[in-house]
Amino acid sequence: MSRLLPFFAFLALVALFGFGIWWNTQHDQREVPSPLIGRAAPEFRLPVLDDPSRTVAKADLLGKPYLLNVFGSWCFACGEEHPVLMAQGKALGVKLVGYNYKDEPAAAKGWLAEHGNPYDLVIADVEGRTAIDFGVYGAPETFLVDGKGVIRYKRIGPLTPDVIERELKPALAAIAKEAP
Amino acid sequence: MMRRVMLLLVLLMATTVAAQAIDPLPFKDHAQEVRFQHLTAQLRCLVCQNENLNDSNAELARDLRHEVFDLMQQGKNDEEIKAWLVARYSKFVLYDPPLDTGTALLWFGPLLVLVLGGVALVVQVRRRARTAATEPANAVTESNDSGENW
Repeated sequence: MSRLLPFFAFLALVALFGFGIWWNTQHDQREVPSPLIGRAAPEFRLPVLDDPSRTVAKADLLGKPYLLNVFGSWCFACGEEHPVLMAQGKALGVKLVGYNYKDEPAAAKGWLAEHGNPYDLVIADVEGRTAIDFGVYGAPETFLVDGKGVIRYKRIGPLTPDVIERELKPALAAIAKEAP
Repeated sequence: MMRRVMLLLVLLMATTVAAQAIDPLPFKDHAQEVRFQHLTAQLRCLVCQNENLNDSNAELARDLRHEVFDLMQQGKNDEEIKAWLVARYSKFVLYDPPLDTGTALLWFGPLLVLVLGGVALVVQVRRRARTAATEPANAVTESNDSGENW
């Protein structure tokens, strides 16, 4: 028995490494978990893309849940996500707010004109300073903010039909359940 | 001749200094710049995650350097600046993981393995000492192929 002990120790190590490999295929290793989930969204006031003289603040969006979708015309993965938003955005039953991140307003408008505009409202953060308060580090990213202004869910990377089904819809259902 | 070589060397050194200053910021004094370099070297760039904020050329890294710089001008100390970043990007931004419940295994795991190994070693040595003491006569004749000698 004690002769086999090193062999079992070896098997335990193999199992550990095997678990490590499996674990790393199960999630995006570059994903930085947001510390903001379950907390109040940061205060912001940003100009509307189509009409920069108008601004939208966090307080203006309180009352109903909304999706804040960070995108840019420069962002390749946003192009992959875009058809999904076009197809499913309306059916989600929440306000879809586009967050144009570090983009030329003209380029963003052109991009939306070319591919279609799935958003109810688009705000522009050309400098990307407010995005830092949201912990944005790339695009696309999507935040689900509830009617009280609390961030309930964050998706890093493109929304896909699968992600919408498995993650976003349950999060939306949870918000709908607690709303009076 | 020697002086010319020296001059050339000094000029070469100047070019490396200039090459580092890719992102000139208006520091108050040299001490603040040193503090800034030291602090940003401890912070991770979120875009190219194996680089620190000081080295990274990513656009977000530049933005974050500017934020760190602004916070410094506001008189925030290093801990406050780190907390500011952690509140937005989680502890992942810190290259040196802080000791808390989430990182306890990371900090003490190696020590745990060492202790387990030490316990196993002590148990094994004691067991052998005991068997050697109880069967001294047999041990001499059987030790060659008892299989326990490896």
